[in-house]
Amino acid sequence: MSKAQIFASPDEAVSVVKDGDTVLVGGFGFAGMPFDLIDALIRHGPGDLTIVSNNAGNGEVGLAALLKAGQVRKVLCSFPRQADSHVFDGLYRSGRIELEVVPQGNLAERMRAAGAGIGAFYCPTGVGTPLAEGKETRTIDGRDYVLEYPIKGDVALISAHTADTAGNLVYRKTARNFGPVMAAAAAATVVQVASIVNAGQIDPEAVVTPGIYVDRVVQVEPRHYTVQGAR
Amino acid sequence: MPLNPDQLAARVAQDIEPGSYVNLGIGQPTKVADHLPVGGGVVLHTENGMLGMGRAAVGDEVDPDLTNAGKVPVTETPGAAYFHHADSFAMMRGGHLDVCVMGAFQVSASGDLANWDTGAPGSIPAVGGAMDLAIGAKRVYVMMGLFAKNGSPKLVPTCTYPLTSVGCVSRVYTDHAVFEIAPDGVRVLESFGTPVEELRARLEVPLVVGAH
Repeated sequence: MSKAQIFASPDEAVSVVKDGDTVLVGGFGFAGMPFDLIDALIRHGPGDLTIVSNNAGNGEVGLAALLKAGQVRKVLCSFPRQADSHVFDGLYRSGRIELEVVPQGNLAERMRAAGAGIGAFYCPTGVGTPLAEGKETRTIDGRDYVLEYPIKGDVALISAHTADTAGNLVYRKTARNFGPVMAAAAAATVVQVASIVNAGQIDPEAVVTPGIYVDRVVQVEPRHYTVQGAR
Repeated sequence: MPLNPDQLAARVAQDIEPGSYVNLGIGQPTKVADHLPVGGGVVLHTENGMLGMGRAAVGDEVDPDLTNAGKVPVTETPGAAYFHHADSFAMMRGGHLDVCVMGAFQVSASGDLANWDTGAPGSIPAVGGAMDLAIGAKRVYVMMGLFAKNGSPKLVPTCTYPLTSVGCVSRVYTDHAVFEIAPDGVRVLESFGTPVEELRARLEVPLVVGAH
Protein backbone atom coordinates (compact mmCIF):
# COMPACT_ATOMS: atom_id res chain seq x y z
CA MET A 1 0.00 0.00 0.00
CA SER A 2 1.08 3.52 -0.66
CA LYS A 3 1.18 6.25 1.89
CA ALA A 4 -2.07 7.75 3.14
CA GLN A 5 -3.34 10.76 1.20
CA ILE A 6 -5.39 13.55 2.69
CA PHE A 7 -8.42 14.59 0.64
CA ALA A 8 -10.29 17.86 0.78
CA SER A 9 -13.78 16.39 0.49
CA PRO A 10 -15.60 13.10 1.18
CA ASP A 11 -16.66 13.05 -2.49
CA GLU A 12 -13.06 12.88 -3.70
CA ALA A 13 -12.19 10.36 -0.99
CA VAL A 14 -14.89 7.83 -2.00
CA SER A 15 -14.31 8.12 -5.77
CA VAL A 16 -12.36 4.85 -5.51
CA VAL A 17 -15.59 2.81 -5.08
CA LYS A 18 -16.79 1.08 -8.30
CA ASP A 19 -19.91 -0.78 -9.39
CA GLY A 20 -20.02 -4.28 -7.91
CA ASP A 21 -17.51 -3.60 -5.14
CA THR A 22 -17.56 -5.18 -1.72
CA VAL A 23 -17.55 -2.27 0.72
CA LEU A 24 -16.80 -2.72 4.43
CA VAL A 25 -18.72 -0.08 6.39
CA GLY A 26 -17.67 0.62 9.98
CA GLY A 27 -19.95 1.30 12.90
CA PHE A 28 -22.08 -0.46 15.46
CA GLY A 29 -25.49 1.09 15.11
CA PHE A 30 -24.55 4.75 14.77
CA ALA A 31 -21.38 4.66 16.90
CA GLY A 32 -18.47 4.85 14.47
CA MET A 33 -20.62 5.03 11.35
CA PRO A 34 -18.92 7.10 8.60
CA PHE A 35 -21.96 9.24 7.74
CA ASP A 36 -20.15 11.70 5.48
CA LEU A 37 -18.42 9.00 3.45
CA ILE A 38 -21.73 7.17 2.98
CA ASP A 39 -23.49 10.36 1.87
CA ALA A 40 -20.67 10.98 -0.59
CA LEU A 41 -21.00 7.39 -1.83
CA ILE A 42 -24.70 7.99 -2.51
CA ARG A 43 -23.79 11.09 -4.56
CA HIS A 44 -20.99 9.17 -6.34
CA GLY A 45 -23.60 6.57 -7.28
CA PRO A 46 -21.95 3.14 -7.81
CA GLY A 47 -24.44 0.26 -7.75
CA ASP A 48 -24.61 -3.52 -7.28
CA LEU A 49 -22.61 -3.14 -4.06
CA THR A 50 -22.10 -5.80 -1.41
CA ILE A 51 -22.03 -4.15 2.01
CA VAL A 52 -20.35 -5.74 5.02
CA SER A 53 -21.35 -4.10 8.30
CA ASN A 54 -22.58 -5.12 11.73
CA ASN A 55 -26.13 -3.88 11.13
CA ALA A 56 -28.28 -3.18 8.09
CA GLY A 57 -29.01 0.46 8.80
CA ASN A 58 -30.92 2.45 11.40
CA GLY A 59 -33.54 5.10 10.74
CA GLU A 60 -33.15 6.96 7.43
CA VAL A 61 -29.52 8.10 7.65
CA GLY A 62 -26.10 6.55 7.03
CA LEU A 63 -26.23 2.95 5.85
CA ALA A 64 -30.06 3.03 5.73
CA ALA A 65 -29.89 5.94 3.25
CA LEU A 66 -27.46 3.98 1.05
CA LEU A 67 -29.82 0.99 1.03
CA LYS A 68 -32.76 3.26 0.26
CA ALA A 69 -30.85 4.70 -2.71
CA GLY A 70 -30.96 1.24 -4.30
CA GLN A 71 -27.19 0.89 -4.64
CA VAL A 72 -26.85 -2.30 -2.61
CA ARG A 73 -27.36 -5.85 -3.91
CA LYS A 74 -26.38 -7.76 -0.79
CA VAL A 75 -25.73 -7.17 2.91
CA LEU A 76 -23.48 -9.34 5.08
CA CYS A 77 -24.16 -8.49 8.70
CA SER A 78 -24.75 -9.99 12.14
CA PHE A 79 -27.85 -8.12 13.26
CA PRO A 80 -30.15 -6.66 10.59
CA ARG A 81 -33.40 -6.67 12.54
CA GLN A 82 -33.79 -3.71 14.88
CA ALA A 83 -36.56 -1.42 16.06
CA ASP A 84 -35.62 1.19 13.45
CA SER A 85 -34.37 -0.98 10.55
CA HIS A 86 -37.49 -0.36 8.45
CA VAL A 87 -35.56 0.54 5.28
CA PHE A 88 -33.76 -2.81 5.22
CA ASP A 89 -36.85 -4.73 6.36
CA GLY A 90 -38.88 -3.37 3.44
CA LEU A 91 -36.20 -4.16 0.85
CA TYR A 92 -35.66 -7.65 2.26
CA ARG A 93 -39.34 -8.55 2.49
CA SER A 94 -39.93 -7.41 -1.09
CA GLY A 95 -36.97 -9.47 -2.34
CA ARG A 96 -34.93 -6.45 -3.43
CA ILE A 97 -31.87 -7.16 -1.29
CA GLU A 98 -29.96 -10.30 -0.34
CA LEU A 99 -28.96 -11.03 3.25
CA GLU A 100 -26.20 -13.21 4.66
CA VAL A 101 -26.33 -13.39 8.44
CA VAL A 102 -22.88 -13.91 9.98
CA PRO A 103 -22.26 -14.34 13.73
CA GLN A 104 -20.67 -11.13 14.99
CA GLY A 105 -17.45 -12.80 16.09
CA ASN A 106 -17.06 -14.49 12.71
CA LEU A 107 -17.75 -11.21 10.94
CA ALA A 108 -14.89 -9.57 12.87
CA GLU A 109 -12.50 -12.54 12.71
CA ARG A 110 -13.13 -13.22 9.00
CA MET A 111 -12.14 -9.62 8.25
CA ARG A 112 -9.18 -9.87 10.60
CA ALA A 113 -8.10 -13.01 8.72
CA ALA A 114 -8.40 -11.19 5.40
CA GLY A 115 -6.15 -8.42 6.66
CA ALA A 116 -3.64 -10.82 8.18
CA GLY A 117 -3.24 -13.16 5.20
CA ILE A 118 -4.94 -16.12 6.86
CA GLY A 119 -6.45 -18.50 4.28
CA ALA A 120 -9.22 -19.78 6.56
CA PHE A 121 -9.66 -20.73 10.21
CA TYR A 122 -11.51 -23.27 12.35
CA CYS A 123 -13.88 -21.77 14.89
CA PRO A 124 -16.40 -23.32 17.33
CA THR A 125 -19.07 -20.65 16.74
CA GLY A 126 -22.19 -22.02 15.07
CA VAL A 127 -21.40 -25.74 15.34
CA GLY A 128 -24.67 -27.69 15.10
CA THR A 129 -26.68 -24.65 13.97
CA PRO A 130 -28.23 -23.65 10.62
CA LEU A 131 -25.38 -21.16 10.05
CA ALA A 132 -22.86 -24.02 9.82
CA GLU A 133 -24.88 -26.07 7.33
CA GLY A 134 -22.84 -27.03 4.27
CA LYS A 135 -19.59 -25.86 5.87
CA GLU A 136 -16.57 -28.06 6.48
CA THR A 137 -16.19 -29.13 10.10
CA ARG A 138 -13.33 -30.72 11.97
CA THR A 139 -12.79 -32.15 15.45
CA ILE A 140 -9.64 -30.89 17.14
CA ASP A 141 -8.75 -32.17 20.63
CA GLY A 142 -12.30 -33.41 21.06
CA ARG A 143 -14.02 -30.15 20.17
CA ASP A 144 -15.91 -29.46 16.93
CA TYR A 145 -15.02 -26.50 14.74
CA VAL A 146 -16.38 -24.94 11.53
CA LEU A 147 -14.12 -23.76 8.73
CA GLU A 148 -14.58 -20.04 8.05
CA TYR A 149 -13.11 -18.06 5.18
CA PRO A 150 -11.84 -14.46 5.13
CA ILE A 151 -14.02 -11.51 4.11
CA LYS A 152 -11.97 -9.15 2.00
CA GLY A 153 -13.18 -5.72 0.96
CA ASP A 154 -12.46 -3.75 -2.19
CA VAL A 155 -12.94 -0.63 -0.10
CA ALA A 156 -13.43 0.07 3.62
CA LEU A 157 -15.29 3.19 4.73
CA ILE A 158 -14.63 3.85 8.41
CA SER A 159 -14.68 6.63 10.95
CA ALA A 160 -11.97 7.47 13.48
CA HIS A 161 -11.43 10.33 15.89
CA THR A 162 -8.02 11.65 14.88
CA ALA A 163 -5.59 10.91 12.07
CA ASP A 164 -2.07 12.21 11.64
CA THR A 165 -0.55 13.04 8.27
CA ALA A 166 1.08 9.58 8.23
CA GLY A 167 -2.40 7.99 8.33
CA ASN A 168 -2.12 6.72 11.90
CA LEU A 169 -5.50 6.58 13.61
CA VAL A 170 -6.93 6.81 17.09
CA TYR A 171 -10.57 6.19 17.84
CA ARG A 172 -12.97 7.25 20.55
CA LYS A 173 -14.59 4.83 23.04
CA THR A 174 -16.90 2.17 21.55
CA ALA A 175 -16.90 3.98 18.18
CA ARG A 176 -13.68 2.03 17.52
CA ASN A 177 -15.60 -1.25 16.98
CA PHE A 178 -14.92 -2.64 13.48
CA GLY A 179 -12.64 0.19 12.29
CA PRO A 180 -9.24 -1.44 12.90
CA VAL A 181 -10.14 -4.82 11.35
CA MET A 182 -11.86 -3.24 8.35
CA ALA A 183 -8.91 -0.92 7.72
CA ALA A 184 -6.63 -3.93 7.28
CA ALA A 185 -9.15 -6.08 5.36
CA ALA A 186 -9.76 -3.79 2.37
CA ALA A 187 -7.67 -3.05 -0.71
CA ALA A 188 -8.41 0.65 -0.21
CA THR A 189 -9.30 2.15 3.16
CA VAL A 190 -11.04 5.50 3.36
CA VAL A 191 -11.32 7.17 6.77
CA GLN A 192 -13.30 10.16 7.95
CA VAL A 193 -11.96 11.82 11.07
CA ALA A 194 -12.88 14.73 13.32
CA SER A 195 -9.35 16.11 13.18
CA ILE A 196 -6.06 15.71 11.34
CA VAL A 197 -2.80 16.51 13.09
CA ASN A 198 0.82 16.55 11.96
CA ALA A 199 2.86 13.37 12.07
CA GLY A 200 4.43 13.15 15.49
CA GLN A 201 1.47 14.67 17.30
CA ILE A 202 -0.11 11.29 18.08
CA ASP A 203 1.93 9.40 20.67
CA PRO A 204 3.24 6.34 18.76
CA GLU A 205 2.34 4.21 21.81
CA ALA A 206 -1.29 5.32 21.45
CA VAL A 207 -1.73 4.60 17.74
CA VAL A 208 -4.53 2.04 17.25
CA THR A 209 -4.49 1.67 13.46
CA PRO A 210 -1.04 2.21 11.92
CA GLY A 211 -1.00 4.28 8.75
CA ILE A 212 0.06 1.33 6.57
CA TYR A 213 -3.60 0.27 6.55
CA VAL A 214 -4.93 3.70 5.61
CA ASP A 215 -5.15 5.09 2.07
CA ARG A 216 -7.44 8.10 2.12
CA VAL A 217 -8.27 10.48 4.95
CA VAL A 218 -10.78 13.30 5.03
CA GLN A 219 -11.69 15.63 7.88
CA VAL A 220 -15.39 16.21 8.59
CA GLU A 221 -17.56 17.76 11.27
CA PRO A 222 -18.75 14.85 13.46
CA ARG A 223 -22.49 14.18 13.29
CA HIS A 224 -24.34 12.16 15.87
CA TYR A 225 -27.66 10.40 15.85
CA THR A 226 -29.45 8.22 18.38
CA VAL A 227 -30.69 4.74 17.54
CA GLN A 228 -34.45 4.70 18.10
CA GLY A 229 -35.96 1.88 20.12
CA ALA A 230 -32.62 0.79 21.59
CA ARG A 231 -32.97 -1.39 24.63
CA MET B 1 -45.30 -16.50 43.83
CA PRO B 2 -43.40 -16.51 40.55
CA LEU B 3 -40.71 -13.82 40.40
CA ASN B 4 -41.17 -10.61 38.44
CA PRO B 5 -38.38 -9.63 35.99
CA ASP B 6 -36.60 -7.42 38.55
CA GLN B 7 -36.67 -10.14 41.20
CA LEU B 8 -35.39 -12.63 38.64
CA ALA B 9 -32.55 -10.27 37.70
CA ALA B 10 -31.67 -9.95 41.39
CA ARG B 11 -31.66 -13.76 41.73
CA VAL B 12 -29.26 -14.13 38.79
CA ALA B 13 -27.03 -11.42 40.25
CA GLN B 14 -26.70 -13.40 43.50
CA ASP B 15 -24.90 -16.18 41.62
CA ILE B 16 -22.30 -13.95 39.99
CA GLU B 17 -19.13 -14.09 42.02
CA PRO B 18 -17.11 -11.00 42.91
CA GLY B 19 -14.28 -10.46 40.45
CA SER B 20 -16.07 -12.15 37.55
CA TYR B 21 -15.89 -10.92 33.98
CA VAL B 22 -19.49 -10.95 32.76
CA ASN B 23 -21.40 -10.27 29.55
CA LEU B 24 -25.09 -9.43 29.89
CA GLY B 25 -27.20 -9.94 26.76
CA ILE B 26 -29.51 -7.27 25.43
CA GLY B 27 -33.05 -7.04 26.81
CA GLN B 28 -33.92 -8.58 30.19
CA PRO B 29 -30.38 -9.70 31.14
CA THR B 30 -29.29 -6.05 31.12
CA LYS B 31 -31.32 -5.66 34.34
CA VAL B 32 -28.90 -7.97 36.18
CA ALA B 33 -26.42 -5.08 36.27
CA ASP B 34 -28.79 -3.11 38.52
CA HIS B 35 -28.51 -5.82 41.19
CA LEU B 36 -24.76 -6.43 41.24
CA PRO B 37 -23.25 -5.17 44.51
CA VAL B 38 -21.60 -1.77 44.12
CA GLY B 39 -17.86 -2.26 44.52
CA GLY B 40 -18.32 -6.02 44.15
CA GLY B 41 -15.63 -6.13 41.53
CA VAL B 42 -17.74 -7.61 38.75
CA VAL B 43 -16.42 -6.32 35.41
CA LEU B 44 -18.97 -6.02 32.62
CA HIS B 45 -17.95 -6.79 29.04
CA THR B 46 -19.88 -5.41 26.10
CA GLU B 47 -19.19 -7.03 22.74
CA ASN B 48 -18.95 -3.71 20.92
CA GLY B 49 -15.54 -3.28 22.48
CA MET B 50 -15.38 -2.46 26.19
CA LEU B 51 -14.57 -3.93 29.59
CA GLY B 52 -15.65 -2.01 32.67
CA MET B 53 -18.96 -0.81 31.33
CA GLY B 54 -20.97 1.25 33.80
CA ARG B 55 -24.66 2.00 34.18
CA ALA B 56 -26.87 3.64 31.56
CA ALA B 57 -25.92 7.26 30.84
CA VAL B 58 -28.30 10.03 31.86
CA GLY B 59 -28.44 13.71 30.90
CA ASP B 60 -25.04 15.20 30.14
CA GLU B 61 -23.37 11.80 30.42
CA VAL B 62 -24.86 10.66 27.09
CA ASP B 63 -22.04 10.23 24.56
CA PRO B 64 -22.94 8.84 21.12
CA ASP B 65 -19.53 7.16 20.96
CA LEU B 66 -20.20 5.13 24.12
CA THR B 67 -23.02 2.59 23.92
CA ASN B 68 -23.75 -0.96 25.03
CA ALA B 69 -24.53 -3.90 22.74
CA GLY B 70 -28.17 -2.80 22.64
CA LYS B 71 -26.98 0.62 21.40
CA VAL B 72 -28.09 2.32 24.63
CA PRO B 73 -25.74 5.11 25.83
CA VAL B 74 -23.77 3.91 28.87
CA THR B 75 -20.97 5.12 31.14
CA GLU B 76 -17.47 3.85 31.86
CA THR B 77 -16.11 2.78 35.24
CA PRO B 78 -12.56 3.36 36.57
CA GLY B 79 -10.30 0.72 35.01
CA ALA B 80 -12.38 0.47 31.83
CA ALA B 81 -10.70 -0.53 28.57
CA TYR B 82 -11.68 -0.18 24.92
CA PHE B 83 -10.70 -2.56 22.11
CA HIS B 84 -11.76 -3.42 18.59
CA HIS B 85 -14.32 -6.02 17.60
CA ALA B 86 -11.92 -8.85 16.77
CA ASP B 87 -10.27 -8.46 20.19
CA SER B 88 -13.67 -8.27 21.86
CA PHE B 89 -14.73 -11.58 20.35
CA ALA B 90 -11.30 -13.14 20.86
CA MET B 91 -11.66 -12.60 24.61
CA MET B 92 -15.14 -14.11 24.38
CA ARG B 93 -14.35 -17.07 22.12
CA GLY B 94 -11.02 -17.64 23.81
CA GLY B 95 -12.77 -18.55 27.06
CA HIS B 96 -11.80 -15.47 29.08
CA LEU B 97 -15.30 -14.44 30.16
CA ASP B 98 -16.57 -16.15 33.32
CA VAL B 99 -20.30 -15.79 32.78
CA CYS B 100 -22.73 -14.65 30.13
CA VAL B 101 -26.44 -14.16 30.74
CA MET B 102 -28.78 -14.41 27.77
CA GLY B 103 -32.48 -14.63 27.08
CA ALA B 104 -33.92 -17.62 25.20
CA PHE B 105 -36.85 -18.84 23.15
CA GLN B 106 -36.11 -22.41 24.24
CA VAL B 107 -33.54 -24.40 26.23
CA SER B 108 -33.35 -28.18 25.89
CA ALA B 109 -32.80 -30.71 28.67
CA SER B 110 -29.25 -31.20 27.41
CA GLY B 111 -28.49 -27.49 27.44
CA ASP B 112 -29.06 -26.66 23.77
CA LEU B 113 -29.93 -23.00 23.32
CA ALA B 114 -32.33 -21.42 20.81
CA ASN B 115 -32.47 -17.64 21.04
CA TRP B 116 -31.81 -16.04 17.65
CA ASP B 117 -34.47 -17.01 15.12
CA THR B 118 -38.02 -18.25 15.44
CA GLY B 119 -37.88 -19.55 11.87
CA ALA B 120 -41.35 -18.05 11.38
CA PRO B 121 -42.28 -17.07 7.79
CA GLY B 122 -41.35 -13.44 7.17
CA SER B 123 -39.07 -13.23 10.19
CA ILE B 124 -35.67 -11.67 9.59
CA PRO B 125 -32.93 -13.69 11.29
CA ALA B 126 -30.48 -11.70 13.43
CA VAL B 127 -27.82 -13.51 15.42
CA GLY B 128 -25.55 -10.72 16.68
CA GLY B 129 -23.02 -12.15 19.12
CA ALA B 130 -25.26 -14.85 20.59
CA MET B 131 -23.54 -17.83 18.94
CA ASP B 132 -20.11 -16.54 19.94
CA LEU B 133 -21.14 -15.92 23.56
CA ALA B 134 -22.76 -19.34 23.79
CA ILE B 135 -19.59 -21.21 22.83
CA GLY B 136 -17.20 -18.79 24.49
CA ALA B 137 -18.24 -17.96 28.04
CA LYS B 138 -17.18 -20.41 30.76
CA ARG B 139 -20.72 -20.46 32.12
CA VAL B 140 -23.82 -19.67 30.09
CA TYR B 141 -26.81 -18.63 32.18
CA VAL B 142 -30.22 -18.27 30.59
CA MET B 143 -32.80 -15.93 32.06
CA MET B 144 -36.36 -16.37 30.78
CA GLY B 145 -39.99 -16.96 31.63
CA LEU B 146 -40.49 -20.70 32.06
CA PHE B 147 -43.61 -20.59 29.89
CA ALA B 148 -44.38 -18.73 26.66
CA LYS B 149 -47.39 -16.42 26.46
CA ASN B 150 -49.49 -19.32 25.14
CA GLY B 151 -48.51 -21.42 28.16
CA SER B 152 -46.14 -23.75 26.34
CA PRO B 153 -42.95 -24.60 28.24
CA LYS B 154 -39.67 -23.06 27.09
CA LEU B 155 -37.58 -25.70 28.87
CA VAL B 156 -38.10 -28.60 26.48
CA PRO B 157 -36.81 -32.11 25.67
CA THR B 158 -35.53 -30.91 22.27
CA CYS B 159 -35.51 -27.39 20.82
CA THR B 160 -37.87 -26.89 17.87
CA TYR B 161 -36.48 -23.43 17.01
CA PRO B 162 -33.17 -23.10 15.12
CA LEU B 163 -30.26 -23.61 17.52
CA THR B 164 -27.83 -20.97 18.70
CA SER B 165 -25.46 -23.55 20.20
CA VAL B 166 -25.41 -27.18 21.29
CA GLY B 167 -25.14 -28.19 24.96
CA CYS B 168 -23.87 -24.80 26.14
CA VAL B 169 -26.30 -23.79 28.91
CA SER B 170 -25.23 -24.27 32.55
CA ARG B 171 -28.22 -22.84 34.36
CA VAL B 172 -31.71 -21.66 33.54
CA TYR B 173 -33.16 -18.92 35.73
CA THR B 174 -36.91 -18.65 35.35
CA ASP B 175 -39.81 -16.95 37.10
CA HIS B 176 -40.86 -20.31 38.62
CA ALA B 177 -37.56 -21.99 39.43
CA VAL B 178 -33.81 -22.19 38.88
CA PHE B 179 -32.62 -25.25 36.95
CA GLU B 180 -29.16 -26.68 36.51
CA ILE B 181 -28.36 -28.61 33.34
CA ALA B 182 -26.49 -31.49 34.97
CA PRO B 183 -24.99 -34.71 33.59
CA ASP B 184 -27.74 -36.71 35.35
CA GLY B 185 -30.58 -34.51 34.12
CA VAL B 186 -32.27 -31.20 34.77
CA ARG B 187 -31.91 -30.43 38.45
CA VAL B 188 -34.28 -28.10 40.30
CA LEU B 189 -31.97 -25.93 42.40
CA GLU B 190 -34.64 -23.67 43.81
CA SER B 191 -38.35 -23.09 43.31
CA PHE B 192 -40.16 -19.81 43.86
CA GLY B 193 -43.32 -21.24 45.35
CA THR B 194 -44.28 -23.53 42.49
CA PRO B 195 -44.30 -27.12 43.81
CA VAL B 196 -41.94 -29.48 42.01
CA GLU B 197 -44.92 -31.76 41.28
CA GLU B 198 -46.55 -28.91 39.37
CA LEU B 199 -43.31 -28.27 37.45
CA ARG B 200 -43.18 -31.98 36.62
CA ALA B 201 -46.77 -31.90 35.41
CA ARG B 202 -46.26 -28.86 33.16
CA LEU B 203 -42.80 -29.72 31.75
CA GLU B 204 -42.04 -32.68 29.50
CA VAL B 205 -38.50 -32.74 30.84
CA PRO B 206 -37.65 -35.23 33.64
CA LEU B 207 -36.58 -33.28 36.72
CA VAL B 208 -34.03 -34.25 39.35
CA VAL B 209 -34.38 -32.87 42.87
CA GLY B 210 -31.85 -32.88 45.70
CA ALA B 211 -28.09 -32.88 46.01
CA HIS B 212 -25.73 -34.45 43.48
